[in-house]
Amino acid sequence: MGFDLNNWYNEKRQGDIILEYAGSISSDVISNTLAEFESKINMSEDLKRVRKKVYNVLVECLQNLYHHVDEPPENVELDEKDKYGAVILTRDGTFFRISTGNFIKKDKINSIKDRIDQVNSLSDDEVKILYREILNNSEFSDKGGGGLGILDIVRKTGNKLEYNFFQVDDDYIFYALDVYIS
Amino acid sequence: METIIREETLKTPFVKFDSDKGLIEIKGRSIPENSIEFYKPLIDWLDKYADQPTGKTSVNIKLEYFNTSSSKCILDIFRKLELLHKKGNEVEINWYYEEDDEDMFEAGEDYQSIINIPFKMIEMED
Repeated sequence: MGFDLNNWYNEKRQGDIILEYAGSISSDVISNTLAEFESKINMSEDLKRVRKKVYNVLVECLQNLYHHVDEPPENVELDEKDKYGAVILTRDGTFFRISTGNFIKKDKINSIKDRIDQVNSLSDDEVKILYREILNNSEFSDKGGGGLGILDIVRKTGNKLEYNFFQVDDDYIFYALDVYIS
Repeated sequence: METIIREETLKTPFVKFDSDKGLIEIKGRSIPENSIEFYKPLIDWLDKYADQPTGKTSVNIKLEYFNTSSSKCILDIFRKLELLHKKGNEVEINWYYEEDDEDMFEAGEDYQSIINIPFKMIEMED
């Protein structure tokens, strides 16, 4: 057996856990998760800037899952299979990490990988320029922001995205993303 | 014309579009999953408003958070206002941001770089 979902999940739980969720990513789940974040994070004023960033990035991460997850493969046992996604927010001092994980069909790997590699390769200024270009020129679908989500995360955090693809079976991959905010 | 007022919800902002006063306000959070559903009626309203605008149109944008899904819809609102401005109507855009919120300040700059109307950037103290 290759990929073990529980192992991945437990690994991401290391540190101070602020919130964690694994299951169907519905609109209500997103609302509840954001409300939970706000009730738990009651930081001093000097961290307000970071708190806003974490909130913003959390919104984009959750809505990325909401719009883009594939159904998990048949042989993976889960309580909630519909729109399955996992999100874990941990804190280490002034550092926050948002980890997300979801199943995707194998043929999506390249487009995701190319997208993240491209955004990771850009300087801060280039990220800003590309963001404005996409905002100005792309048609958005009702699904979301025409690829602005990933770009917005990198722009707000100023950090590179870390990702992993774990082979689940011949057709499915588990896509794991780590975002750091400080 | 009918005034649109919508109270703030967890994911959508307070909105007031008042044609009598020529006042357009959007305040709070704009983070819905489907932002087109929320903004479409507002954009349609602006189309109608452009036929008989009030002398001066004042626009106050006071957002705490907005998601990328809303960003394009907000741009569409500015595009309608830009048209109004091009036709010779006075349009004033006030972009509010909280003290030290660089991200919200930069978001205002993003729109300013695309839209041909001067923005007034207003810092709010806590």
